[in-house]
Formats: sequence, structure tokens, C-alpha cells
Amino acid sequence: MRSRLMTTLALVLALVAVACGGDDDATTTTAAGDGTGTTMAAGDDCAVENLELVTPGTLTVATGEPAFPPWVLDDDPSLGEGFEAGLVYAVAEQMGFTADQVVWIGTDFNEAIAPGPKDFDFNIQQYSISAERDEVVDFSDGYYTVKQAMVAFADSPAASATTVADLQDLRLGAQIGTTSLDYIEDVVQPTAPASVYDTNADAKSALDAQQVDALVFDLPTAFFITAVEMPDTTIVGQFETPGEGAEELGMLFADGSSLVGCVNTALAAVVDDGTLADLEQQYLANGGDIPTITP
Amino acid sequence: MIGSGPPAIDIRGPEPSGSRWRDLTSEQGARGALIAAASTVVVVSAALWWILTSETWPAVQQQFFNPENFAESWPAIVGGFWLDVRMFLVAEVAILVLALLLAVVRALRGPAFFPLRALTVVYIDLMRGIPIILLILLLGFGIPALDLPGVPRSRMFWGLTALVLSYSAYTAEVYRAGIESVHESQRMSARALGLTQWQALRHVLVPQAVRNVVPALLNGFVSLQKDVALVYILGIREAVREAQIYNARTFNYTGYVVAAVLFLLVSVPVARFTDWYSERDRRRKRAG
Repeated sequence: MRSRLMTTLALVLALVAVACGGDDDATTTTAAGDGTGTTMAAGDDCAVENLELVTPGTLTVATGEPAFPPWVLDDDPSLGEGFEAGLVYAVAEQMGFTADQVVWIGTDFNEAIAPGPKDFDFNIQQYSISAERDEVVDFSDGYYTVKQAMVAFADSPAASATTVADLQDLRLGAQIGTTSLDYIEDVVQPTAPASVYDTNADAKSALDAQQVDALVFDLPTAFFITAVEMPDTTIVGQFETPGEGAEELGMLFADGSSLVGCVNTALAAVVDDGTLADLEQQYLANGGDIPTITP
Repeated sequence: MIGSGPPAIDIRGPEPSGSRWRDLTSEQGARGALIAAASTVVVVSAALWWILTSETWPAVQQQFFNPENFAESWPAIVGGFWLDVRMFLVAEVAILVLALLLAVVRALRGPAFFPLRALTVVYIDLMRGIPIILLILLLGFGIPALDLPGVPRSRMFWGLTALVLSYSAYTAEVYRAGIESVHESQRMSARALGLTQWQALRHVLVPQAVRNVVPALLNGFVSLQKDVALVYILGIREAVREAQIYNARTFNYTGYVVAAVLFLLVSVPVARFTDWYSERDRRRKRAG
């Protein structure tokens, strides 16, 4: 009985050894074959077939459900329209994926940050990079520097505010999990605590219902809301970035993901060749001068 | 089979009430208690082992049960929970009154009251049929947006109104079940004594009905005590919302555990009280 067990074990070990050996050979050949055609410096490790992907051969990218403009237009990232959708296709191309190999999935905010295995390679939905969050997940380098802006009805008293002091007695609101909320609490410090909504849509409903006097969004979202969604509102002003450094948006990865380096390399290339600046110009460019709300 | 082992418990026939504890202390019961304890230890250890050896457990522990995050999120969530408690008290009083009114109107007899009865049926069908969260959103964002003069805009007002409307429909049905559980002879006797329909309800039927449904009403208490949290969707910063804010900022879920513990601190005592009350009521009925 015992000896049979040993034999089986030995056999299994031998098989594993053979399999591993075979694998090594395979990797070497593909890497060598690929190295000739790849122009990227990190070509070997970041070649599509060597990446640890959720689904081999495809880049599975998650975004918000629904996804909002100007980040994703028409709630359909696969069209590649919108700043983040366009960015993902540019990065994917740099990494060696064709557009067909990019697969989109929708995730809830909580789904994206819960512990355990992730069903996406990375998630992009205006996540602000912070040290606190970085303990639980990984972030790419920043792809956009966010400024926050305040939106109110053009004919409301809030619209004439110019200093932070003017804002403190207002009823303010923001979406949960956004830097906008941190701005209200850390920079404005209103007398009444900020109202916090699940989505930008709920926040807009509250503004419409006059339950809040003004809302804080990131500047691109504020542009879109005032220009398209609620034309009778206006951007009261944008906030100065506080001392500690600019808020940056990053792509979110599972903690310890091996993809971060490769995505960062591709992102750097997209920055260098001017694609990122073009996308910014196309989707996030501001429509005129926005006054800054002074402290 | 009987007689093949030690005297078996099942040949003693039905046990008198309250003998369970005596059983545990008798020789037979001592063995039973031992088996119960051993089996509990085995089951709990197996479950703990299964969870604690999971590959992601260290990450889960960091994200859900982190003492530092517990302490850090506590003040805001407790503040939010205090708001929950106050909202609950206001809503519960309104619900008990409105629901009783609905149930009484529905219990009125006679063709003259038909429109009133029909109205309560429609009301209960509507309010019970709409998910509470939709009711809260529709009233909380919808009515203030209509911009009607003299109508409050407060989301707290409309959030609680939505809860009261929905819960009063359920609670009215609880009262109705109570009223219908009072024997028909009670109503007949009351009428025979010369009481009007209203007096019979007021002095004979409703007092007995309410006594019958107290456990069901307390059950509704526990349910409402948690459901008041739903007004967070309107931007109100109660305990669940504060926990979500903490979670969204830090990506740490310990705040949710804090909120759950706070809700348990209220709902478990109410559940024990309900059991105690029903038991006392049963004893009183047996005695009387």
C-alpha cells in the first residue's frame, strides 16, 4: 500500500517536472520570437502572451455602471468615445492589444474594492489616488490631475460666491467616494455637514429639489453638467489645489497585480506621443475662464 | 429497539413544560449536554478553521475587522446612529397611530362606510406594493422638485413620510388580523349591550386585538429600526451612510461592522423583549 503511494507520488513529481521543463522552453521561444518585432523596451515581460490576465489574450477593463460623460460617452465604453474610454484604447494599443481584444465590464464601486479575486485586469472610473486606498489596492501612475468646482443654479445666491467664507453657510452636497466630498469637508468646512449622495444623478436631484444650495464635482463633470444636463446651472468657481500636492486619477488594480508596471510603461508612451494631451483637449477642455474660489 | 441501550428518553412520554433544564441536570441530560457541547465545539472550530485558513483571510481581516479603523470610524457612525434612533422613534409613533386608524376604518361595517373602506384597501395595496426605496426617492426628490407653495422641501420630512406610509400599510394589516382574531360574539355582545359600532370597536374589539398582536407589532419595530437607514439615499448622513463614506474614502469595510454592531445593540434586546412578552402573555392567558 505504502510503496504504491510512493510510486504514485514519484510519478506525479516526474510529470510536474516534465511539464515545468516544457513550459520553460515554450516561454523562451515565444519571448525570443516576439522580441524581434516589439519596439517597447520592456517588451519581453509586457508582451501580451506573458501578461497575467484575467482572461488570457484579452484585456478586461472595468468601468462604472452607468459610466458618465465626459469620461465615457453614451454609457458605452466600447465605442472608445470619452476621455477614459479613449485612454484605455490608446494604452491597450501600446501594450499590443487590438481594439477587439479589449473587453469591458461594469462594476459597482464596492465590487471593485472588495477583497478577493478581481474579474478585471484594471478598473478605470475616476479613482483618486491616495495613500490610504493604496494599502488595499494598487494604482497606476496618474493620468489626469483633478480640479474641483462648485455648481449652483445661476439665479441662486450661491452663484455669486467668490470666497470660501461665502460658502460656509450654504448647504453643500457631493457624491460619495469622491475628492469633491473631501474638498467640502477639508477646504470649505461648512457649518452644516455636507450631504452625501450615491451618484451624481442623486446629487443633481437634490439640487433640483432645492435640498442643497450647491454641489461640488470635478471640473470636467461640472462642465458637462452645466453645459448639457442642467443648463440653468453655472460653475460658481473652481478650488485651488491644497498644499499637499495635486489630486490625480489612476487606474485601479488588485493589490500586488503584476500588470501595473506594464500599464505604466504604456501610459508613459501615451503621454510622450501626445495622445493623452489630445484626448484631454478633445473631451476635457474647459469652455472659457473659470474663476477660482479664493480661501 | 427500546431496551437495547440505557433507558431512552423517548419512552417517558410527553415532558411537562419547564422540564428541559431539569433534563440537562439529570444523568441522562448531563450526557446530552456533553454531546451538545462537544458537537458545538467541533462545528464552530471547523467553521473557524475553514475561514481562518482561507487565503484571503488576512486581507479580509484587515479590511473588515481592523481595530484601528473601528476606532477611527466610530464617532461619525455613532453620531449617525443617534439620528437613526430619533428618526425611528418619530416614525414609529406616527405609524402606530395611522395604522390603527386605517385598520379601524377598514373594520367598520355597513354600506355607508363602503367608500372609506375601499379607500383604505386601495391605500394599503398601493403603499405595500411599492418598494420602500422607490417611495423614498419619489417623495424625497420628486415632491420638493414640484416647487409647490407651502409644501415642505425637507428630505428628512419626506424620507420619514415615505417610511410612515409604507409601514403603516403593513401595520394596518397586523391590526386587522388582531381585530379579526377577536371572536365575533364579542362584537355581537357589545352591540347587544347597546354600544354603537364605534364604541364596540373602541372599548371591546381594539383593546383585545392590540393585545393579541403586540409580538407582531414589536417585530415591525425591529424591522423599522433598521429600515430608517434607507433615507441615506436622500443624502441624510445616518449610520449606514457614514459607514459608506468611511468605506469609500479608505476602501476599508470596518465601518460597516461598526454600524451592524450598533443596530444589533438595539434590535437584539427588542427581540428578547418580544419573546419575554409573548411568554408572559401566554402564561397569563393560561392562568386566567
